[in-house]
Amino acid sequence: MSAEHAILSELEHDALTELVNIGVSRAATSLRQMVGQHVTLSVPSVEVVTRTTAAALIRERESEALIAVRQDFEGAFYGRALLIFPLASSMELVRAVTGDVLSAHEMKEMEAEALAETGNVVINSCLATMANMLQKPLTMSLPQVIRGDGGLFFELEDLDTRGGVVLFLYINFSVGGWDIRGYIAMLMDLPSLDALKLLINEFIQRVIGPEEQGSGG
Amino acid sequence: MSTVLIVDDSKLARIVVGRAVATVQPGWSRIEAASAEEAETLLEHGGVDLMIIDYNMPGCNGLELADRVRSRFANMPIALATANVQDEIVAKARSINVTFVPKPITEDGLRGFLSGAALRLRRNA
Repeated sequence: MSAEHAILSELEHDALTELVNIGVSRAATSLRQMVGQHVTLSVPSVEVVTRTTAAALIRERESEALIAVRQDFEGAFYGRALLIFPLASSMELVRAVTGDVLSAHEMKEMEAEALAETGNVVINSCLATMANMLQKPLTMSLPQVIRGDGGLFFELEDLDTRGGVVLFLYINFSVGGWDIRGYIAMLMDLPSLDALKLLINEFIQRVIGPEEQGSGG
Repeated sequence: MSTVLIVDDSKLARIVVGRAVATVQPGWSRIEAASAEEAETLLEHGGVDLMIIDYNMPGCNGLELADRVRSRFANMPIALATANVQDEIVAKARSINVTFVPKPITEDGLRGFLSGAALRLRRNA
């Protein structure tokens, strides 16, 4: 939390949460089309934390093995998006997406592909909505499925790791009757987060106008 | 003059909705609530003619709030603002006569609801 307060003001945090909220709501709508069942979302909580804290946050909540879909994004701001599930949730999600037509063996075979596709839809809905609202295009890499723990997910070999922060979004979602929970994380380094902060401010100026922001704008 | 109650946990979203309302219906007064609970307290005081409610809020979601409001105010124009347009949510909103407004909120997105509400409020007055 301390990292967040240094980086984002209250209104910037509010605006970012709202952007994420709209993005995730769109993602839920897309996911609903894939699974044919109602997807229930919690209100996302958005925190900017260090990579170590993000790994600890996941470890606190999840003692079991994790699986993640990751996609890198590039544009005016850049980084890596992760959709992280406990392993049990991921199989439930694959079952929900593929329907009940597959055998356990087939499902196991399909797991990575179904997860990659689901992650692609969720991450793209989320990031595309943010990109549109911030009026800056983002390009997305292909989804990759990785297994491991929080520490591994939050390593960024090709980005500047000294200033590495994680925009950590925590949402709970359930699909139909199944309890499937997941996390979305966006890894960015400080220059990228600064660029995002700038865009958020432009966004705030656009939507509320300078006159209502007071002298602090 | 009508009074619109804007319910959203995001301050920014309340400002955006407030601005859109002010542009489309400059004569209306606006009050704000940051949660369903706060909205219900304001409703107790009376004087609210219509509501614009965010869907995804902590605690009670916007549709649950709309449902409760609807059972007390059968004719109040209510809009639900969300980017979450899943069939179940749309169907539930329709069933309790709540108008869908897409998020992000724009003047254009809100204009239809506000004009319809203005007509209904004049007719009921």
